[in-house]
Amino acid sequence: MRERIELRTAPHIVQGNSVERIMLHVVLALLPIAGFSVWQYGISAMALILTVTLTCVATERLMNHLMGTPNSLTDWSATITGLLLALTLPPAFPLWMAVIAAIAAIVLGKFLFGGIGNNIFNPALVGRAFVQAAFPVSISTWAPAFSSHRFSEFIPTTLTLPLMTPPDISVWAKQALDGFTGATPLARWKFENVLATPHDFLTGAVTASAGETSAILILLGGLYLAARRFLDWRIPVAVLLSAALTAWAFQLYNPVRFPDPLFVMLSGGLLIGAIFMATDMATSPVTPKGVWIYGALIGVVTVIIRYFGGLTEGVMYAILIGNALAPLIDQVTRPRVFGEIKVKKS
Amino acid sequence: MSEQQTIAPSPAPVTPSAAMIRTLGIVASICGALIVSAYQITLEPVAANKKIALERAVFKVIPGAASVTEYLATPGGIQLGSDTVPAGAVKFYAAYDQAGALKGIAAEGAAKGYADVVRVLYAYSPEKQAITGVGVISMRETPGIGDKIYTDKNYLKNFEALDVRLSADLKSLANAVKVVKHGTKKNPWEIDAIAGATVTSKAVGRGINESAQKLLPLLVPHVDNVSRPSGRQSP
Amino acid sequence: MSLPGQAVPSLMEEFLEGIWKQNPVFVMVLGMCPTLAVTVSAMNAVSMGLATAFVLVTSCLLISLVRNIVPSEVRIATYILIIATFVTVVDYAIQAISLAMYDALGAFIQLIVVNCIILGRAEAHAAKNPPMKATINAVGMGIGFTIGLFALGSVREIFGAGKLFGISLFGPDFQPWVVMVLPPGGFFVLGGWLLLFNWLKSRTPPAPAGVKVSEGHAHV
Repeated sequence: MRERIELRTAPHIVQGNSVERIMLHVVLALLPIAGFSVWQYGISAMALILTVTLTCVATERLMNHLMGTPNSLTDWSATITGLLLALTLPPAFPLWMAVIAAIAAIVLGKFLFGGIGNNIFNPALVGRAFVQAAFPVSISTWAPAFSSHRFSEFIPTTLTLPLMTPPDISVWAKQALDGFTGATPLARWKFENVLATPHDFLTGAVTASAGETSAILILLGGLYLAARRFLDWRIPVAVLLSAALTAWAFQLYNPVRFPDPLFVMLSGGLLIGAIFMATDMATSPVTPKGVWIYGALIGVVTVIIRYFGGLTEGVMYAILIGNALAPLIDQVTRPRVFGEIKVKKS
Repeated sequence: MSEQQTIAPSPAPVTPSAAMIRTLGIVASICGALIVSAYQITLEPVAANKKIALERAVFKVIPGAASVTEYLATPGGIQLGSDTVPAGAVKFYAAYDQAGALKGIAAEGAAKGYADVVRVLYAYSPEKQAITGVGVISMRETPGIGDKIYTDKNYLKNFEALDVRLSADLKSLANAVKVVKHGTKKNPWEIDAIAGATVTSKAVGRGINESAQKLLPLLVPHVDNVSRPSGRQSP
Repeated sequence: MSLPGQAVPSLMEEFLEGIWKQNPVFVMVLGMCPTLAVTVSAMNAVSMGLATAFVLVTSCLLISLVRNIVPSEVRIATYILIIATFVTVVDYAIQAISLAMYDALGAFIQLIVVNCIILGRAEAHAAKNPPMKATINAVGMGIGFTIGLFALGSVREIFGAGKLFGISLFGPDFQPWVVMVLPPGGFFVLGGWLLLFNWLKSRTPPAPAGVKVSEGHAHV
């Protein structure tokens, strides 16, 4: 009896697909999201995405040189890290801080572990976690979408001089968009008990990080990658399902205090995190059972951090925790070695 | 050490206990002498430092004060402060101006914040029956977020006249000091929390409430006893 | 140190050992508790370094003086007694000098007593060497530890507050990197310095084998 043994290591290679090709398609899937972000936030988002991506690429090249490793730009992974990182930052994030986030992502998140395929944590999230800890105020300063002058002027904080404190944008933001609150839907739910509607999320009329608002485009990108087998569809499904189930359970327990599962799935960075970050091949488990456990863990931790943590958003830390546990999950869910006989109790 | 002797012949040469005791005794006496002299030498400067630090903290929350006296409010009345605080007593500081008139009372409140205990010193005005100022003694909250409790002007405004009137039976506050969600302060005994630093701003309110609930019922009935600096009270 | 067959190091070498070759922070990676915890500013770091150096020098001197009369069975008890004494002295002295500094350093002053550099030096060096050598070596180690703490404290203060020794470097608009004054910042900066030191060491040609055996690695 011969069973087909699926040997899978990171990067995960499906026949005929090279790492380069998969990565290139991920970039393609991310481009519409980035485009939507630029349309929403104007030249500030454009500058943010370009700055972060270029810094990531330049840092990757520099680290290749310093560490004497072959040029790894052609595998597009630095580009993906840059794009993802930019899309998780607030559109008003000062560019000099974005440069630091990008350097932290590539150096701390990737090269300290030995470059592509060796990293334990998703590099983009390492970069974001670093600036979240370093600049807690700037990373929670949000700008209004669709302000009228978005293609002719920068958000005041974008061009802050390096090392300097960004100016207060609350006055500017109120002028740019009437009734702008400066709080994300998650923060508004947590502190003011105001729920955004699914319609707001689908049209991008919410306050969020640069790439979190376009639920439809994120889903389409994910579907495309999953259809071409460039990502493991089970991970996003497990993440979203477990987040929804956890939220549903909490809502059953106390419908007044806890929001509905749809809100939990659409708000914040859960979609982009589940589809583009949790699926990072180097940092997710490879065993079939492990993938489900990993995804479910991320979903549950996200909801718990959102509901009971000091922060309003928990996707980033949930995925980082999932990354940290991935090797352990792999170990305990290792499939039976071919030829191994399972001892049955008679 | 006596065990060493009861143990059957050990392979290593055994030092007699007397030698060990003697050595330890000699070293311990040298050390003891060192510690005692260090204590003696530093006693005065340390006391002076503590006094200066206390005065600085109290003068910050009670502007215009020129001297501070430490007291204990006990169920039996007001006593001069001592190093040990007996159970049931609360330490407080009375601040006087140049002429020796009571400017206000200061006391410490402490409650768990986001990272660690937040300790604050608040000023109480017996005249207004209100808290008139607050200062942070120590905290380890996140810089840039938790430190808003002493930089946020709107938050500090909460403590310019925070009502801590006693209830009719003088057993507790008429209205407990409460921290409410940002922007919903309605009553003079409520504190408007800082949006984004809720945990720390709540800790300040809780610390003040706990301390005031204990101190004021003991202090208010006898507040006349501290209206003059101690030692100059008329018998 | 002076095992048979080894060259007896000169006083200058004894002094320099702690500063470079056996630097407690960068080479031996000892005393990490205060190194990571109190180095949020250069002033705190230097104060902590000097307090530790004082305890190190005085206790090594005293231990070296009594080394011949202390039976080996009670030597650790004696060392701890002596170290604890000097820590108490330092504790009072810092309170007398500055209460603010005393509050900033917190429990880490008392914790000098369990700092492995001190017991390590007492056991590995002071107990085997005459007072002069022991003291010189301890001074070097103390300075090396202070330099290590200063290296961390200055970087963390510059990024975490835009200041050095409380003097503003970038003007009032500087955006502090909060992470630098939080515990992770301590690890990042320490990691950065260790990287730099190891890189520097890897560039210098290796010393002739067998000249010097490093010691004291076993302490936690």
